[in-house]
Amino acid sequence: MSGWVQLKGVGLHYGAVAALRGIDLRIAAGERVAIIGANGCGKSTLLRVLHGLLRPSTGSVLRDEAMRQAMVFQRPFALRVSALANVALAVWLRGVPWRIAKAKALQALARVGLGAVALRNARTLSGGQLQRMALARAWCLGPQVMLLDEPTASLDPHAKREVETLMADFAAAGTTLVFASHNLGQVKRLATRVVYMEAGRVLADLPVHAFFNGPLGETSREAELFVKGEFG
Amino acid sequence: MNTFQESLAQAAHLVAGADPMLLSIVGRSLAVSSTSCIIGTVLGLALGAWLGVAQFAGRGALVTVLNTFLAVPSVVVGLVVYLLLSRSGPLGFLGWLFSFQAMVLAQVLLVLPVCTALTRQVVQDAEAANGEQLRSLGASGMLRSLLLAFDERFALLTVLLACFGRAISEVGAVMIVGGNIDGYTRVMTTAIALETSKGDLPLALALGVILLSVVLALNAAIALLARWRGAHAEGIVLAGAPA
Repeated sequence: MSGWVQLKGVGLHYGAVAALRGIDLRIAAGERVAIIGANGCGKSTLLRVLHGLLRPSTGSVLRDEAMRQAMVFQRPFALRVSALANVALAVWLRGVPWRIAKAKALQALARVGLGAVALRNARTLSGGQLQRMALARAWCLGPQVMLLDEPTASLDPHAKREVETLMADFAAAGTTLVFASHNLGQVKRLATRVVYMEAGRVLADLPVHAFFNGPLGETSREAELFVKGEFG
Repeated sequence: MNTFQESLAQAAHLVAGADPMLLSIVGRSLAVSSTSCIIGTVLGLALGAWLGVAQFAGRGALVTVLNTFLAVPSVVVGLVVYLLLSRSGPLGFLGWLFSFQAMVLAQVLLVLPVCTALTRQVVQDAEAANGEQLRSLGASGMLRSLLLAFDERFALLTVLLACFGRAISEVGAVMIVGGNIDGYTRVMTTAIALETSKGDLPLALALGVILLSVVLALNAAIALLARWRGAHAEGIVLAGAPA
């Protein structure tokens, strides 16, 4: 296998429901992959499989285990402690002593512009701040691959821009980005490659320019309609 | 003045005068229930938190059995402990029957299922909502259970309160295994039962008032703690947490 991860014929079932069907996908280090598609198409499930949180029912996942990876969720979870402690905990869980973990966490929070609220209870942070805290938590693990599940969903435009800027910075630093998004503008700005999903299948997997400037051909008809929906 | 008013007046007099017998019964009650609560809740919190995240064959059956134990009458627990501690029972060699230890053991057995079942539910809900994210950070099952229990600490405070309420207000088990011996194993509930049957309503009423006051004080302490946390750090999220 070359690259970070390779999926071969991956399928995943929740009871009788097929969440993923026959997914073949290879992601190389340094890529910025956007996974798009309608609600329920399998984007989040695919991200969880890529991160190793879900085991596929069929097929295989070959992952370069040497590459450090971290995931940011759509609604980040925060313990009822300070933002600093929340971030430090993630570092501590990797075996780093608490004192060093706290120093790293403080640095990470400053990096995402939350240094001033580091000691505030994380549950009192705004949605945008919480998402940035989650990015800091992921970033301070030193990931080579970052998976993000609709990281700017339900954020206001200002918070959206802040999170996007951080994602762009991480990508510029060489971090592989794989993110799910409904925001096609964001996909154009951040991604180098687009994976379009429908009903658990990958219907299109193209460089971002080719995806948005089509034609996508008969097999990707749904993807074309999806894109047109944005502009129509 | 009717009997109730007279009894209430005499009860107030006993409480205000810090009647020695009253104080000794109250002190013993608090000692028995506090000790059993500490033991029962430490075990129950640990077991419940573990059950909240653990996945193993037979877990569903275990949870069902555990929930069933919530409804076990205290007299049945008293009977079982009596049989265990009686001279011919498996724990008879301890010589605990009709002692402080026997009452503590009975109350631990009453508190344990309540604490375990409620903690399990709280942690399981937290695990369903947030366990995946903790897993993605690398938290193992045991660590996740501890973190989630810690995060739900205000909900669990209410569980502890419920456990103490169960312990201090029960009468059947401590009556059977303690024997209601004056100056030795007589606690508030057994004293209330005895004094009522003897017709000494003022003492029974005084004990009842104190019993209610203890539980009221605990409730108030929990509410104040939650409000303090709300004002200092947690904001609106925690204000409703212990509800």
